[in-house]
Amino acid sequence: MNAWYEPGTTVVHRAPAGVKFVALLVLAVVIFALRSPGWLGALCAVAVLGYAVARVSWRRCWGLLRSLGLLVVVVFALQWWLLGLDSAVVVCLRIGAALAAANLVTITTRVDDLVTAVERGLRPLRRFGVRPNRLGLLIGLTLQAVATLTGIAAEVREAARARGADRSVVAFTVPFLVRTLRHADELGEALAARGEGDR
Amino acid sequence: MIEFEGVGHRYGERVVLSDVDLRIPERRVAFVGANGSGKSTLARMINGLVAPSAGRVVVDGLDPVREGRAVRKRVGFLFTNPDSQIVMPTAGEDVAFSLRRSGLSKDERSRRAAEVLERHGLGGYADHPAHQLSGGQKQLLALCAMLVLEPDILVCDEPTTLLDLRNKRRFAETLEGLAQQVVLVTHDLDLLSGFDRVVVLEAGRVVADDEPEPALEHYRKLVA
Repeated sequence: MNAWYEPGTTVVHRAPAGVKFVALLVLAVVIFALRSPGWLGALCAVAVLGYAVARVSWRRCWGLLRSLGLLVVVVFALQWWLLGLDSAVVVCLRIGAALAAANLVTITTRVDDLVTAVERGLRPLRRFGVRPNRLGLLIGLTLQAVATLTGIAAEVREAARARGADRSVVAFTVPFLVRTLRHADELGEALAARGEGDR
Repeated sequence: MIEFEGVGHRYGERVVLSDVDLRIPERRVAFVGANGSGKSTLARMINGLVAPSAGRVVVDGLDPVREGRAVRKRVGFLFTNPDSQIVMPTAGEDVAFSLRRSGLSKDERSRRAAEVLERHGLGGYADHPAHQLSGGQKQLLALCAMLVLEPDILVCDEPTTLLDLRNKRRFAETLEGLAQQVVLVTHDLDLLSGFDRVVVLEAGRVVADDEPEPALEHYRKLVA
């Protein structure tokens, strides 16, 4: 779900965030229950159709294809080697359909709307001790963390390259962990300052 | 009114503040001092991010430790690194995020967020990815995320450290125009024109507390 919201007025953009979120969850369950390459291929085609209906720019589609393509190739090769061709095809179709659909939801839905929808949907569970505000915040922060960690990783990699250590695992891992932990610490403090820790 | 009464603080064995007594009714106050002098810790006590080990802090009659929620409604806090304060992907969502506990409708939250962004020159950036803004814009965004809550007091902890000269000036102008009481922690002495009072800290103690000119003269001698 490494995507940013792209404003639009299509039917996919206008669909309520809660409906899209529930549809995504149902789709994920269906994808992992199905074993037929034909049906999984059809779900991939539906996800692609979703991009066309939402008029997602080619630039965004290309970005997704590049990251998804690399993942699919690696997983396909491993699965084929370990479990055979049939299993590799099924697993890759599952990954393709699930990630394409999740990415489409984040491209066409404001995180704020998603958080509000989750909070509203979980409100009845308050009597069982569930705190909808916390879970909504968790979803928002998780989506945001993808972008933040990607940025930190890029900066750390650049710094390692500047020192001629671009192939060193230590030169990447240590500063990446230190910066990630520091970011978590500062983010926690900023959330507390904005009253998020208050009941 | 912000009051520190015999405030002390230690991190483990290390004493970072001792015997700080201050009453701050002024509109513009700055804490200056070398690294490790205790100024950031003192500022964090104003909205209860740090609890004093000794003495007490009072903000508009409230204790930031025991009445943290009420105090944080009155006190906005701006950190040095805006990247750590951005919680939502877009600028508009991040400002609206501050209002999520206000009980306002989603539309009203978005409207108020757009209004604050517009007022501070970020009007066209509501749908812009927040992390792709420039350093100065990010710090303005972090400021907007505080101002949308309409706090009475704004505490800024070295807010210009990561900004270039142009953005520093712009930020200083913005700060100057705010109606709020501002407590500024800074090394940037250029920011202090128009300030009412400067408190100089050294090794956890207040060593000068005066109008900017004499206080800064004391500070310059201290670091010379």
